[in-house]
Amino acid sequence: MSEQPFEPRIVAFFCNWCTYTAADLAGISRMQYAPNVRVIRLMCSGRVDPQFVLAAFRDGADGVLIGGCHPGDCHYQEGNVNALRRFELLRPMLRDLGVEDERVRLEWISAAEGDKVQRVCNEMTEQVRALGPLRLVTPKRVTPKRVTSPRVTSTWTVPVERADELVGQEAR
Amino acid sequence: MLETEGALSPTNGGPKIGVYVCHCGLNIAGKVDVEAVVEFASTLPAVAVARDYKFMCSDPGQELIEKDLREGLVNRVVVASCSPLMHEATFRRATAEGGQSPFYFQMASIREHVSWVTADGHEATDKAKALVAAAVRRVALHEYLEPRKAEVRPDVLVVGGGIAGISAALTLAEAGKHVYLVERETTIGGHMAKFDKTFPTLDCSACILTPKMSAVRSHPNITLWTYSDVVAVEGFTGDFTVRVRHRPRYVIEELCTGCLECIEKCIHKQGKFDDEWNEGLSKRKPIYIPFPQATPPVVVVDPDTCIWFKTGKCPQTCIEACERDAFDFAQTETFDEIKVGAIILGTGFKTFDASKMPEYGYGRYPNVYTSLEVERLLNAAGPTGGEVVLRDGTRPKVVGIIHCVGSRDAKHNVWCSKVCCMYSLKLAHIVKERIGAEVYNFYIDMRTPGKGYEEFYDKILKEGVHMVRGRVAGVTDEAASPEEEGHLVIRAEDTLIGSVRRIPVDMVILAVGLEPRPDAQDVRRLFNISCGGEGWFTERHPKLAPVSTFTDGVFLAGACQGPKDIPDTVAQAGAAAAEVLAMVDRGYVMLEANTAHIDEATCSGCKTCVGLCPFGAISFDEERKKASVNEVVCKGCGICVGACPSGAAQQHLFTDEEIFAEIEGVLAYV
Repeated sequence: MSEQPFEPRIVAFFCNWCTYTAADLAGISRMQYAPNVRVIRLMCSGRVDPQFVLAAFRDGADGVLIGGCHPGDCHYQEGNVNALRRFELLRPMLRDLGVEDERVRLEWISAAEGDKVQRVCNEMTEQVRALGPLRLVTPKRVTPKRVTSPRVTSTWTVPVERADELVGQEAR
Repeated sequence: MLETEGALSPTNGGPKIGVYVCHCGLNIAGKVDVEAVVEFASTLPAVAVARDYKFMCSDPGQELIEKDLREGLVNRVVVASCSPLMHEATFRRATAEGGQSPFYFQMASIREHVSWVTADGHEATDKAKALVAAAVRRVALHEYLEPRKAEVRPDVLVVGGGIAGISAALTLAEAGKHVYLVERETTIGGHMAKFDKTFPTLDCSACILTPKMSAVRSHPNITLWTYSDVVAVEGFTGDFTVRVRHRPRYVIEELCTGCLECIEKCIHKQGKFDDEWNEGLSKRKPIYIPFPQATPPVVVVDPDTCIWFKTGKCPQTCIEACERDAFDFAQTETFDEIKVGAIILGTGFKTFDASKMPEYGYGRYPNVYTSLEVERLLNAAGPTGGEVVLRDGTRPKVVGIIHCVGSRDAKHNVWCSKVCCMYSLKLAHIVKERIGAEVYNFYIDMRTPGKGYEEFYDKILKEGVHMVRGRVAGVTDEAASPEEEGHLVIRAEDTLIGSVRRIPVDMVILAVGLEPRPDAQDVRRLFNISCGGEGWFTERHPKLAPVSTFTDGVFLAGACQGPKDIPDTVAQAGAAAAEVLAMVDRGYVMLEANTAHIDEATCSGCKTCVGLCPFGAISFDEERKKASVNEVVCKGCGICVGACPSGAAQQHLFTDEEIFAEIEGVLAYV
């Protein structure tokens, strides 16, 4: 480990209608929070492919945060429920791979809850900071070749295999 | 949506990305080292140009982008500035003006998500760089898309028949648009119809409102549906399908002439049931009309209290009295389905329930009234014909008005209800004028901003209304001295003289604040808009888009968006009508390009997506075992894309590759 203090890097997937708007509200209200969370805007939390979470960990994230509308408030009726289902399926798999539960988080944050964005981002940053860097990731990042290469063909097998490979390499 | 090699199709020789970093005055540059971000951006692959400017959204800022595009220096654009919810449309337009597809554009929010929320300048700069890196990687992968237009239906739905809905409906109807005005109560008019006079001009409320109410009813371009509510809304901006439920009045609206003979002849000789319109201060019969100028002037039968409905045994003298045979006791709920291009919500507010503050004795002491009850007492068409009398019929000699009931109170509602100071002054004036009573106003702060409002306050002061500055601690009937005997006593600290006062009064008026309607959450779900935690509907932007919502085609007017007085409400209703006219008269709306599509070659025919689509936009060809998306119906959530196990479903502007690139970008070491 280098002497530089560990700064966790957290990738957040926020839905356009509630949580991304809440993050904007946090900004408009000048609520200060940890700069470790980097937000990617999706139209709906239901768009979060489990691959996104795995890809984030593969590419060096120490934590992944997913934000959607409260149940019943989804702009697309129940995309957030789909997100929840996938999240619950993904979590035990990540656990098996050695990704602690605190590194992945799903939160319902409405457009009015700028303060919740602040709180969740701060909390998660501290939790992941306490856990330390994610040990699964090799220093040399695996960057998939895009556009010319064929699409990833299966949601579940490819990233899992790659993660297995990475776990093998780690062999603490 | 076309993926064509049309005239605009561009990428000969790959992407050339222009990165434009905005200072936003000092909003960004005060925290983020903009020059460092520009320098960093210029090192990123495929970035041809990186520039910064004070205000990218200004004309010269946009011109920078357009010029670079026109001169062929760049063919894709990244703007690092505010939130895409703020200016994405602006910069997409600039990109199109420069001769490119507007979707060869990506925004990095380094104001709302960076400079405004990060304490440390270095950390903010690093985060800004990461977001720019993400946008650059992503925009390089953007596909060529053309803007999609959809036709706008010319008809408009206005929900709520208070002064907001009435004003908006009349403006639209005057402009030649057909308006459906849906009101839940049996009459339009809303709260304004209950008031006696309006501040600060003291016009008679009915005199200025009822002509508008009848104009609504007689206007050929307005379909007025009272005693009706919206039960389902489908579709999207420009093309909504709305289902409206009509509750049975048991009287055929078209036949009733409003002669009110039937009410006279009802088997109940006297009114027996609380009259909701008069806040329970008078009694009505099971068949009634809320007030004489009710619009439409059609009676309604209340099945909960009508003897015929309760027992099936009644001589039905009402039916005998009707010369038009307007009764139909077999009426049931009916439904209408309408198609409209835009929707205006003017669903209003409710007043604070004063019984939640037991210290003020509402519901316990008969002489404690809410302001709305007093409005009815003062109204010439009200329960006492405009006489200010207590429940026992006597005239109060001393009246105390307590401001901020339920407002500016951490235990109840934290907001200022905006209208209470002014209406309390108005009530003080009218009470004093009508019966010469001594009037005490207990206030925390006097808030009278508005044209003629401070002048009104001055006038009331000169009339000799007593003003006590201090929040009232309580109202009691326990006398502490002989002169308090038989009176209600208001206890308050007078903060201007620094002592606690006990003031005996005969009548207490509670200036109840404004609250969202109890069903605001249901209404907002129905129309797919958002509201704050307290329940006021959220406007798209508090200053620049005050009547728009985050759902295109749905607009707000009046107090459903926040406490408002009548002038503000009418102004907002006009603004909402103007927004709708802009949309309807243009005849089309630009739709988001972010619909889903399915690559047939990779589709495995598993049908996962078919059941997931909330809008039924995905159909399945059983013969070919392939799914396909109807892009007109697709709303672009991407749920099917997130679920597709073979990666065949993709979403324009949110493809897997684009998101993967963005993930790499935000994680880039900077």
